[in-house]
Amino acid sequence: MTLWLWLLLSCVLAYAWKLVGYLVPATLLRNPRMSRIAGTMTIGLLASLTVVNTVASGQSLALDARLGALAAAAVALWFRAPFLVVVLAGAGAAAGLRLLGWN
Amino acid sequence: MKFTQSPAVRVGLSISIATGLYGVSFGALSVTSGLDFWQTMALSLLLFSGGSQFAFIGVVAGGGSGVAAMSAATLLGMRNGIYGMQLNALLQPRGWRRFAAAHVTIDESTATSTGQTDPAEQRRGFWTAGIGIFVLWNLFTAVGALAGSALGDPKQWGLDGAAVAAFLGLLWPRLKGREPVAIAVVCALATVLAVPFVPAGVPILVSALVAAVVGWFSHGRSDEGLEPDVDPYAEPHHVVGRGPGEAS
Repeated sequence: MTLWLWLLLSCVLAYAWKLVGYLVPATLLRNPRMSRIAGTMTIGLLASLTVVNTVASGQSLALDARLGALAAAAVALWFRAPFLVVVLAGAGAAAGLRLLGWN
Repeated sequence: MKFTQSPAVRVGLSISIATGLYGVSFGALSVTSGLDFWQTMALSLLLFSGGSQFAFIGVVAGGGSGVAAMSAATLLGMRNGIYGMQLNALLQPRGWRRFAAAHVTIDESTATSTGQTDPAEQRRGFWTAGIGIFVLWNLFTAVGALAGSALGDPKQWGLDGAAVAAFLGLLWPRLKGREPVAIAVVCALATVLAVPFVPAGVPILVSALVAAVVGWFSHGRSDEGLEPDVDPYAEPHHVVGRGPGEAS
């Protein structure tokens, strides 16, 4: 039940960010430092989410089939594959490596 | 000009299909992370911002708390505020349209709109991509959520690997130039170092803080990292550049 609470609060806050851009006078927001932070934070968060989903297992680090998924996705992205193909490559690599016995 | 002849509408429609389709991966990953069908749909209908939605379920899947999931999703949504400001100046929506425009202000609708030069085209591009993605994204989220819950053991199907690939796919288009790559590497290292010492989910927030500090002190391009997840003008036959310093 508490998950619902945080989830709905996330939705409200996400909409609030979007709306702020339309309602607050541009002169207050046109701050290069703020948009730079929005940009660097986007990169940092996505890099961190990639790493957490690859090597974290609770509070410990684990090297398993997910590393293969990361490599397969990187190869797919290198060859400019569409997003859905990248995701399928990741899933296929992880599933395949597990079939071969590497967890 | 007829609606279907507008280049912005055509780009908007193709980006809608490309982005909408990957709603399948979000839906499937969300239910295998432990969210139920309606929680998954609530994220797509109400939060409606791909990166933040993946962040929310990514933290939950890793065993993080609801607060950590909310914080990661919210910090990642900050860039939508910057997009809103740009679009407000460009499109100047009035009355209720402003509130509707805010809801569909995401990477792709912003990129479709700002890639055009004619104000009418900018408007058409924004609304076509915004509404098109909203409809298809939600439709395919539902498909993915239903398929995901029928899959059984998510690990056997490599769905944890799909999540890894999805995050890398969201990060990749933003790694243009040396500084974004450096930020990504530093934040990746900070995450690995933090994982054993703090509760699940918190390493992501640690790395957000590191990235914010870098952003505060750096003097890079001010739109760095604000690239869309999917580049609507990536096809070579489009001559319209997307932004300063980009040859596309």
